[in-house]
Amino acid sequence: MFGVMRLTNTAQGDFIILGAYAAIASLGAVALSPWVIAALLLPLAFAFGYGLQRQVLNSTLGRDPLPSLVVTFGLSIVIQNLLLQLFSADPRSIETEGFNTQSISLPGSISVGMLPLAILAFAVAATAALQWLFNRTQLGRAFRAVSDDKEIAELMGLNAHHVYALATAVAFVLIALAGALQAMRTTVSPSDGPLLLLFAFEAVIIGGMGSFWGTLVGALLLGITQQIGFRIDPGWGIWFGHIVFLAVLLVRPQGLFPKTRG
Amino acid sequence: MSVQVHRSNPNSRRALVGAGVLLLVAATLPFWAPAGSASSWMREFVEIACYFTFAMMWNLLAGYGGMVSIGQQAFFGFGGYVMLMLGNFAGVNPFVAVPLGALAAGLIAVPVSFVAFRLQGGYFAIGTWVIAEVFRLSFANVSAVGGGSGTSLTALRGIDKATRETATFWMALACVVAAIALVYLFLRSKRGLALLAIRDDEVAAESQGIDVRGMKLAVYVVAAFGGGLAGALYFVGNLRISPDAAFSVNWTAFAIFMVVIGGIGCIEGPMVGALIFWALNKFFSDYGTWYLLGLGLLAIIVTMRFKQGLWGWVQQRRGWSLFPTRRQLVTGD
Repeated sequence: MFGVMRLTNTAQGDFIILGAYAAIASLGAVALSPWVIAALLLPLAFAFGYGLQRQVLNSTLGRDPLPSLVVTFGLSIVIQNLLLQLFSADPRSIETEGFNTQSISLPGSISVGMLPLAILAFAVAATAALQWLFNRTQLGRAFRAVSDDKEIAELMGLNAHHVYALATAVAFVLIALAGALQAMRTTVSPSDGPLLLLFAFEAVIIGGMGSFWGTLVGALLLGITQQIGFRIDPGWGIWFGHIVFLAVLLVRPQGLFPKTRG
Repeated sequence: MSVQVHRSNPNSRRALVGAGVLLLVAATLPFWAPAGSASSWMREFVEIACYFTFAMMWNLLAGYGGMVSIGQQAFFGFGGYVMLMLGNFAGVNPFVAVPLGALAAGLIAVPVSFVAFRLQGGYFAIGTWVIAEVFRLSFANVSAVGGGSGTSLTALRGIDKATRETATFWMALACVVAAIALVYLFLRSKRGLALLAIRDDEVAAESQGIDVRGMKLAVYVVAAFGGGLAGALYFVGNLRISPDAAFSVNWTAFAIFMVVIGGIGCIEGPMVGALIFWALNKFFSDYGTWYLLGLGLLAIIVTMRFKQGLWGWVQQRRGWSLFPTRRQLVTGD
């Protein structure tokens, strides 16, 4: 998402948390399975993303990165405090009827949790779907065109505002999915957003800009580093993750599998 | 026909005199303020001075240098921690340690820039945030300075409250004047002109022989120094430091708020912004989350509707400029 629009959304993490709370709130309102709720949320997220980009973010795009940064940073503060006001600071999660504690045993007394496995499957599926969308469909071509050169793309008859809005809409579907999964996997609280943003950003930079598989590899690498760090000393886990990110930046600033430049 | 370059105007000369009078009034505050409220006035001023100095430096970095950072709290906290360590462990007088802390923040900015300058635009912004987090987590794991829960500035133990508060207040006043003077004189110098050229078009500036990389580094280091100064000062006034408070992203968030509300890329901007922020903080901070929510909304609206901030808007309408950094061509025959 970072690489395509050349817009840095500093509220990305907070939108994930917003998605999680939306799922939690609707679960409290109607008695449906968490999976059904998540599926129902996705079209909503699509519409929300489209509207946000069209009404708010499009007017901040330009050569100067400041307006979009300030607006998304402002959104981040608004979302955090709104959630704090509505749901209090207590951590919450989604009850998945025991699914989050089930596991399958593998030979060698290794057991793998069902939920983490499902999340990994979702991540791989989402990556593949995005890659397909970008490389094989007309919409994907439009995304790539406005990303490469907005003016030329507009000359060719594309409406850049519409294309940007669609890209954000697609991004928000994934954000909502991530939010729902996050709330099933662990607890969420209103102030969790910025950390998620930093992790997402690190994964993108480690993986290389504009490459979805690269981002997936970057995310896995980051997660594994953090887990190793936590094993060594609980205080240093996230620190190790940050250091790996900075090291990649120093040694290979274009990331491991870069697709687009700058 | 002759052409003259004007670098000041009647307004700016009046502003200079006004600022001098204001400074005199402020500097003598400990002597004329009513005994009951002098202490709280001074405390309040110190806090505002820190916010203002920090915002001023963020303005220099983003408004003039074109480097939008969300990680300036790294230097704020670092300046504070170095000041505290010098005071507590090395026995340096904390008031002397304040500029030393700022100096340390400026020095650490050099290696930090090697990493940060790998990124541009929005990526730079979030990259600097990650760096600030590294600072926070590093200090949170050092048990000598209290780890995650922080520690107190014990070096000021022997000094009585009135002396301490007055000294801190004068120091804060000096910081504010120094921050304004530093930015003002820097921007009026030849290097300041180079900086404005870089902001307007990096490639064009480089083709004119300006050392873009060197200038950016210089601005980054100066902004880090100023940030460290604000941080060291804040924690001398506060007497207690913790990683979460020192390296909180809120510092940069408030600086962005002040600069954007007041007007980015002009010296008056952060002043107006700091005054507005102080007033909002004084009257509405009791509303807690609603207050912060309002601040966020206000920043969004101002960015979208008044791109130049409130002062920029006034400047456009009235042509006022209290601290002119531009060179104005006046033709006369």
